[in-house]
Amino acid sequence: MEARAPSGEIGRARPDARTRRFLAGCGRFTGDTRPVGALHACFLRSPHANARILKIDAQAARRAPGVEAVFLSDDLARACKSWRTVSTAFPGLVSPTQRPLAQDRVAFQGEPVALVVAESRALAEDAAELIEVEYEPLPAMADYRRGLEEDAPLAHPETGSNRAWSLDVATGDVEAAFAQAACVVEDEIVFSRHTGVPLEPRTILASFDPSAQRLEARISHQMPHQMQAHLADLLDLPMSRVRVVAADVGGGFGVKMHVYPEEIAVCAATRLLGRSVLFVADRVESMLSDVHAREHVVRARMAVSDEGRITAFDIDDLHGIGAYSVYPRSSTMETVMAIRAMGAPYRFEAYRARANVVFQNKAMTGQYRSVGHPIAATVTERLVDRAARALGVDPLAFRRANYVRPQDMPLVNPAGLRLLDLSHEACLDRMMALLDYEALRGEIEEGRASGRIIGLGFAAFVEMTASGTEVYGQAGVPVAAVDTVTLALEPDGSLKAAASVAEIGQGIGQGIAQILAEGVGVPVESVEVALGDTASAPHGGGAWSSRGAAIGGEAAWGAARKLRGAILEVAAALTQEAADALDIVAGGVVDASGRERMTLRALAETVHFRGHELPEGVQAQLAVAHSYRRERDAAIPTNGIQASLVEIDGDTGIIRCRKHWVVEDCGRVVNPLLVDGQIRGGVVQGLGAALFEECRYDGAGEFLSASLADYLLPMAFETPDIEIAHVETPYSGSVIGAKGAGECGTCAAAAAFLNAVNDAIAPQGASISATPVTPERVLRALGRINGEGAP
Amino acid sequence: MTVDFAQEARVRIETRVNGRTIRAEVPARLSLVEWLRDELGLTGSHVGCEHGVCGACTIVVDGSCLRGCLMFAAQADGCDVETIEGAVASGRLAALQEAFYRHAALQCGFCTSGMLLTAAELLARERNPGRQRIREELSGNYCRCTGYQSIVDAVEVAARAQQEENGS
Repeated sequence: MEARAPSGEIGRARPDARTRRFLAGCGRFTGDTRPVGALHACFLRSPHANARILKIDAQAARRAPGVEAVFLSDDLARACKSWRTVSTAFPGLVSPTQRPLAQDRVAFQGEPVALVVAESRALAEDAAELIEVEYEPLPAMADYRRGLEEDAPLAHPETGSNRAWSLDVATGDVEAAFAQAACVVEDEIVFSRHTGVPLEPRTILASFDPSAQRLEARISHQMPHQMQAHLADLLDLPMSRVRVVAADVGGGFGVKMHVYPEEIAVCAATRLLGRSVLFVADRVESMLSDVHAREHVVRARMAVSDEGRITAFDIDDLHGIGAYSVYPRSSTMETVMAIRAMGAPYRFEAYRARANVVFQNKAMTGQYRSVGHPIAATVTERLVDRAARALGVDPLAFRRANYVRPQDMPLVNPAGLRLLDLSHEACLDRMMALLDYEALRGEIEEGRASGRIIGLGFAAFVEMTASGTEVYGQAGVPVAAVDTVTLALEPDGSLKAAASVAEIGQGIGQGIAQILAEGVGVPVESVEVALGDTASAPHGGGAWSSRGAAIGGEAAWGAARKLRGAILEVAAALTQEAADALDIVAGGVVDASGRERMTLRALAETVHFRGHELPEGVQAQLAVAHSYRRERDAAIPTNGIQASLVEIDGDTGIIRCRKHWVVEDCGRVVNPLLVDGQIRGGVVQGLGAALFEECRYDGAGEFLSASLADYLLPMAFETPDIEIAHVETPYSGSVIGAKGAGECGTCAAAAAFLNAVNDAIAPQGASISATPVTPERVLRALGRINGEGAP
Repeated sequence: MTVDFAQEARVRIETRVNGRTIRAEVPARLSLVEWLRDELGLTGSHVGCEHGVCGACTIVVDGSCLRGCLMFAAQADGCDVETIEGAVASGRLAALQEAFYRHAALQCGFCTSGMLLTAAELLARERNPGRQRIREELSGNYCRCTGYQSIVDAVEVAARAQQEENGS
């Protein structure tokens, strides 16, 4: 492994150059460009959660003004295949076939039934209202806690059961650990379904050129290459004739990493019509059809020995995944991560977990930022706080005594996680200093003495990031986890790069530019990185699993060093010096004395315009490519600890998060300004889930929170300042040593918050084990209101 | 729309947009932000919810920020409309733009136009808003990426810059 240059652009806090455009009102989101003559799509969606489609009459809609076509399921079947989620990682997974439009039955409210394509969105909506659909409503499987009962309504009548999948894990002697425990704590924790809500809704502009048989899809998506592969497959085209362009993407968070029926329907329609079709989901459609996540009930027990050591966990998870297991990655990835990440910061010997995954007549669920981890962190950290309280020890002291220590690693823990390069104690020390623990505890006691309801909560966490090729590759799911960067020296001495990682606002383009600048030895301003267009970017993973810096960054470093070597070879030939006596500094070739011998511009001009001046036998290679496949560790673990300070209004039940802290170890930090932005944004999404966010359905499967007036998001007013500190333990398996940083904020924010709420109300003998922690839940816990209602 | 496929009800308007007078015949049901985006090509205003909650479509009409999705284009007859494009060109957002840039007060950029215009309206009204005031005033604009702190930082810094410039 080659040593990294000691200083330079890697690690420098720099604003993201790309953001200048947005600040000038010059973003280029998918819906901002529409070719003349583009048609507009509108979907007619099912009003029922579960119903047979008896008859559809679209005659009136087809004759409506401005309508180009109305498509039903059979119409689109002429242009595209159906799909079904299959993964050998989830043996026995049941997942019904999906089509762009519902065929004979609808399985959730909002499922697309017909597609109207018209001259404007308004006209398409007018026409959609004229379509008459005769439904035979079926009982809806809405309450997933009843999903496995014998007389429960079936989400899919043909499957005979609501069970989509189940998972059993058992390591060590759990029974003995609990029998011998000095202390057993348990809880049942309820997590409400919520969703990512990227501010830019899902958008696609698809065009098909019948003469060349080429499809171009401009789409707001996290993985343009994955979409290219699936569009080619489903529409039966060679990948070389499918171009996918993800321009500026207005937030993703996992919502925009799947194959959705609407996008496939639009591509099939454009293929049948030979005209461009634009679909921009409106907000209600987005809420109804974007993937939701994290609807779980977890019953959990933890055993603690008489020495105060955690010995075992016993977990029972029920996970409601909606009507389908999302394509292609499967909704059960969340189940697996929730189960595997339980207890991850701590040493323990025995582990038993059972997860039941059930279908519901609700929107599909899928990967959402920090997939599964927030479930694991919340359950684990509730149990840890309960144990500390039961034993009468300080919650941080209890954590410290049980942490996985440097000398324990590498370690495959009983839940199956491979842990290495973690720094729990160092993070805890940093946290205690950051919030001045003793003083803060004193302030809280003072506040309590004067009647205030205040609490401080902590959550340690481990987050698995930067998934490697095994994760989906072994499962037979075609997902790229190798990333590639191409890099060339332009005649003016600037660098032109293209990378297979994707920009969705996290600033990875800036990060890649900084790595390239340091790796070659040029100012960062002279590096331009193209992302998101399958016609220019090499095939690769896009944006998922916090992989940009850890995987894409390694590819960039490799490409930079290759180009640097190629440049120095040319320079050596031109200066008659040995290549290893030369270096590139600030865009110039310097010799051992540090004297600049030529600028990169002069060198590049010679190569590109006056190649005849090069000595015989010199073939300059100023365009290089480098791919990076991590050879060990299926994922890179990261760790840290979060703290939350809350104050509760006992009369209204309203909770104010006054301050939040994060100490985090994501290995080498490539750009602290942007990494901290990721952490803060992630924390606030976690706090949103803990405080407000809930996809509420009634017993008939009707979605009750499909507008932003009903689905509450955190606003500036109720969001705290978030203080951040880093411990940097570089990943030992790569050159740069970066780990994933994009999701850790979300991982443990809700856990720390829930612990803080419980710390606040514990003096009243109350506790809460459900999120979101609504005012109603608070008032019930405090005994201020009684009677029927939410648990 | 250049072709009228549906003989929709249309309304004649005369509106100043970013300082230029525009005479147009607009569908009666077309929202102001759709008209600006789809027909005038002013795509710096974004459409995030179409029901007046998210603030991504914030535009300035007769000097006040409002939701471009909650107003019909037809209602802009006789109005003076300024979009992010006009505000940027006028230079009045320069300090905010720079502070947003330096503090990474945006990630995906979708909310940014609305944030800038809302923040500018606050700074035009209050010379020295504190952090909590800034948080209150920005609470009509959702940002799903930053967690808001960097935006509050940027507005605070721009307010200070503005004060120094005014010699107070």
